[in-house]
Amino acid sequence: MKATIITLTALVFFVATAFITQQTKPSQAKPKQPAAGAAPKAAMDRGKKVYEAVCLACHQPDAGGVPNMNPPLIKTKWVLGDKKALIKIVLKGLQGGEININGDTFNNPMPPQESTLSDQEIADVLTYVRNSFGNKASMVNLAEVKAMRAKLK
Amino acid sequence: MKKNAILALLIAVTATAFGNDSTRVKKSPAAHINEDDVTITLPQGFKTTVVTNGLGKARHLVVAANGDIFVKLEKLKDGHGIIQLHDANGDGKADKTTGFGNYRGTGITIKNGYLYASSDHEVFRYKIDEKTAKVDTGSVQRIVYGLVGKNQHETKPMVLDNDGNLYVNIGAPSNDCQVQDRVKGSPGQDPCPILDSAGGIWQFKADKANQSYADGVHYAKGLRNVMGLDWNQQVNQLYVMQHGRDQLYQFFPDLFDQKAGAENPAEEMFRLKKGDDCGWPYCYYDNDKHEKLLCPEYGGNRQKVDRCADKTHSIVQFPGHLAPDALLFYTGNQFPEKYKNGAFIAFHGSWNRAPEPQEGFYVVFVPFKDGMPSGKWEVFADGFSGVKAAGSTGRAKHRPCGIAQGPDGSLYVSDDVEGTIWKISYNK
Repeated sequence: MKATIITLTALVFFVATAFITQQTKPSQAKPKQPAAGAAPKAAMDRGKKVYEAVCLACHQPDAGGVPNMNPPLIKTKWVLGDKKALIKIVLKGLQGGEININGDTFNNPMPPQESTLSDQEIADVLTYVRNSFGNKASMVNLAEVKAMRAKLK
Repeated sequence: MKKNAILALLIAVTATAFGNDSTRVKKSPAAHINEDDVTITLPQGFKTTVVTNGLGKARHLVVAANGDIFVKLEKLKDGHGIIQLHDANGDGKADKTTGFGNYRGTGITIKNGYLYASSDHEVFRYKIDEKTAKVDTGSVQRIVYGLVGKNQHETKPMVLDNDGNLYVNIGAPSNDCQVQDRVKGSPGQDPCPILDSAGGIWQFKADKANQSYADGVHYAKGLRNVMGLDWNQQVNQLYVMQHGRDQLYQFFPDLFDQKAGAENPAEEMFRLKKGDDCGWPYCYYDNDKHEKLLCPEYGGNRQKVDRCADKTHSIVQFPGHLAPDALLFYTGNQFPEKYKNGAFIAFHGSWNRAPEPQEGFYVVFVPFKDGMPSGKWEVFADGFSGVKAAGSTGRAKHRPCGIAQGPDGSLYVSDDVEGTIWKISYNK
């Protein structure tokens, strides 16, 4: 029995390793340098401050959100996907109920931040959120926020 | 390609080998119940049994005379919004799980041969044989419809009195009736227009179909949101638990530091009579000043009482943001004498105490005598969250949401994270 388990464990390990090796092959070809748009530390530090002052109360210290009320910011398409849509949410807010993650809805309104946060602060906090809590995505820069604010005027 | 085929074959062999291992314990029908998930702490002599789990967003619950448990779900499970749990062998665990009702919601109760259940806009009822807990699902009647149920405080918990009346909470879709909800600096609307159709308790006839606002009585107002409510049989009156407003520290850091913002305002218990006005959105109870005060959105400065002087006052106050989601006056004979006629409250647990640690996630007991609290509140059942001090609400493994009493005097507690149901019983 014991021998069987050891053998099977070894087999599973071998199988898994083989698959992982195969799947990671393409990315090994890429040069080992930060991807274009990686977040600089200064923006991350400024963004963290904004997050703690403005976002943390509802989205929580771990960005895990509050069930049924405030959505999580971890690995969701809302945070990692279309930057324009994300910037618009921060500027204009949401009524509540629009966010649906795997069939769960979140009902508290998102207050608009257009009059409370500067373009730089919005760029910084979104860069921070998109690159913290297990997230990894391109940074949001000042010009992108400026352009969206102008478009929504 | 050939390599992949070999790998697939290896996996198949591995899986088959494990699957045929006869030394592994076969799952019994109740084996999906994970008892060791969290440890619930209780006073000496009490114990918990996990009735079932995995129901998902299990909100309020009620127990029929035969011991069957009915649970209302806020997210459908296998297309059902009401789950019936039956314990065939008396070990406290559900042996049979069935469901009906294709709408989401929170409220559920049984009275005079009817099971009442609510969506976020309506109340329905079904004929039930209380001795066998057999529900005639074809008998469904819509009792109330068209209630305000927007994206906040939308749930419709309810209770019945002994005179054929149904009391429904209609929560305010707002934090404190600001012009722009939850926007720092936005002033409070005065008068608050929300109060005409929400932010209070409405009374309807328990047996009349298709009632709405015009048929109901605006029983009590100035209640931001009530999840926990019960009819006290001793004094024949309605008691409610109000969820206090959020964001005092975030919006008014000059008045409330981080700690004060976590502790304020109080979560409050009110003993209601018809016509009461409990003061929301104009007033809040300050846990540091021990007084009902004017909200800062309406010119308050943590000193002014102003129009709050003549509002209905609460009879018990709790720390801020704990989220009282269920209230039950204990009328059973199983628990020791001190619990008789006292109040059990399920606290869902906070979110707006951050960056202070979150608090709640427990069941509290308040001793009562003749309809009034007769001692300090105490934590009765704790440990649901499974974490020592949750910094973030989402880390809680379970959050108490409903309480019900069984025919033998046992208590039942529901959780809307995983959908676990606990039975709490007492053995000398």
